[in-house]
Amino acid sequence: MVGSILEYVMIKARKNIMAADKDGFDEDSPRVVGLKRFNRVFFGRGVVVFGMMVILVLVLTAIFAPLLAPHDPYAQDLTNVLAKPTLEHPLGTDSLGRDTLSRIIYGSRTSLLVGIVAVLIASATGMFLGLTAGYFGGFTNTVIMRLIDALMTYPMILLALTIAAVLGGGLKNVILALGVALIPVYARLMCGQTLSVKQNDYVTAASSMGATNFRVMLRHVAPNCFPPLIVLMTMMLGGAILAEASLSFLGIGINPPGAAWGAMVSEGYRYLSTMPILSFAPGLAIMLVVFAFNMVGDGLRDALDPRLRGSI
Amino acid sequence: MLLSTLIVFCVMRLLPGDPILMFVTQDQMDSMSSKEEMDALRKEFGLDKSIPMQYLNWVGGLLRGDLGDSIFFNTTVTEEIGSAFPITFYLAIVTFILANLIGIPAGIICAVRRGKWSDTVLTILANAGITAPVFWFGILLIYLFGLYLGWLPIQGYTSPFDNFSMSLQKLIMPVICLLLFPLAGIVRQTRSAMLEIIQQDYIRTARAKGLTEKVVILRHAVKNGIIPVVTLAGMQFRLMLGGQVIIETVFNIPGMGRLAVEALFSQDYALVQGVILIISFIVVLTNLIVDISYGWFDPRIRYD
Repeated sequence: MVGSILEYVMIKARKNIMAADKDGFDEDSPRVVGLKRFNRVFFGRGVVVFGMMVILVLVLTAIFAPLLAPHDPYAQDLTNVLAKPTLEHPLGTDSLGRDTLSRIIYGSRTSLLVGIVAVLIASATGMFLGLTAGYFGGFTNTVIMRLIDALMTYPMILLALTIAAVLGGGLKNVILALGVALIPVYARLMCGQTLSVKQNDYVTAASSMGATNFRVMLRHVAPNCFPPLIVLMTMMLGGAILAEASLSFLGIGINPPGAAWGAMVSEGYRYLSTMPILSFAPGLAIMLVVFAFNMVGDGLRDALDPRLRGSI
Repeated sequence: MLLSTLIVFCVMRLLPGDPILMFVTQDQMDSMSSKEEMDALRKEFGLDKSIPMQYLNWVGGLLRGDLGDSIFFNTTVTEEIGSAFPITFYLAIVTFILANLIGIPAGIICAVRRGKWSDTVLTILANAGITAPVFWFGILLIYLFGLYLGWLPIQGYTSPFDNFSMSLQKLIMPVICLLLFPLAGIVRQTRSAMLEIIQQDYIRTARAKGLTEKVVILRHAVKNGIIPVVTLAGMQFRLMLGGQVIIETVFNIPGMGRLAVEALFSQDYALVQGVILIISFIVVLTNLIVDISYGWFDPRIRYD
């Protein structure tokens, strides 16, 4: 009797274990399961991890630039111009005898600052415009989106170039120019997102309970539009850094003594036949950073919502 | 109907940039020279009138095909653009055709051989392509082929009608640089569109019918997979025109992009306006062509 009960319990237990194995049953809450999935997908790809590492190094470099740089990036040494790479100057010196490595390290500050602030300006404005256009629809939508379409007919670089030229040089104006030039991308995405999120029952529920338009937009619609926007922001960080480099290559950007990668490439271009490294090194830095942001953006997209593949 | 809406669209798109630029002209001229000289100059270029009047003048001139006078070059804007436009257009068309000719097959190969080494290599190249700064890539090419190997002339532009082989040689490097970005974008887009299509039911049906893989891919999959690529192609054209601003500066090609940069630096606003107007007109025109070609690629759209 006892034996058969024991046997029954054992069989039951084994069944449970098997069932657990089959269903991948575990006791984590949905949030933890989601997080685990996110981690698995996000860190599952080598390039994404590589991208994260590059970004980490970039941020640390930008923060600790004064400690890392072997020389003062602004100190000129006219007795030692266009020097070949040595132990003291690992990447040589430029036409004014300034240490290239130190200037690249300080240039990371410019890139990161311009990238982050420009993207913040663009995403905040673009989100606001897109949300308003998508939520109210009709005439509001037409006016805002036509304006955005008009902005979109200009090549981004040309638009940023024109705005920067109109405002005059300097870091602040370049940030502003890039911020404005990037608005259309966010506005369009946000408008599309709002249009689809608006259809959900919880939005109808909220407004039927007497929530104001403002509240529905901010509390119910906007948070549900976020995932693709976060992906776009990551990717656009790379784009903004690239655009800043292009502008400073053309000669619009941070004022002369300051270090910017694009301007360094352009300076080095003049000495290409004798000192190619002056151009190559900062260019490589730009490419690495932009690549990193794009890969992390790709990884985020796959981890947050695989259906977005192709749409961003 | 399609056409009429698009024309309204075009007008809407073209308007906003101009008055802003007009406005700035006066601001920047304030710092230029003595007051009388300035006033005279202003009168000459019609800048003494109110902003709406200036704007009307400009639009009026536009309708008659007159883009105004270039302050800096002492020529008319139409002349300057007339000499620069064919160069830019030539480069753009060559690049665009090459990008599609190479990009679409490459993207299809990636999708068909998903996960194989050819896919991996092409995808990594494509990802690198959209991230490389074009000006830097151009400089790399100049160093490698122009200076180190000495195979190609470094800078400048020769019309294909004057000296065809020289023109071709000078074209190679700028075109490769311009290609980089659109090509990478097209490969990525084709790949992801094709991957989606390949999982559709009708592809399985086609395979089940016993069609060869070649027919399935080329006749059934590509036809539907191409639409998002066409959408992208329109956008790529705009990005490519932006890229020309930089490439023309690097390679010293006297096209629209360099004209725009020069005009901006010399604060020659009539010229800037003209260039931007023409470029945005081309962009609008491309969008129109893209919209029309939808109907050709996907007859379903025609009936909407």
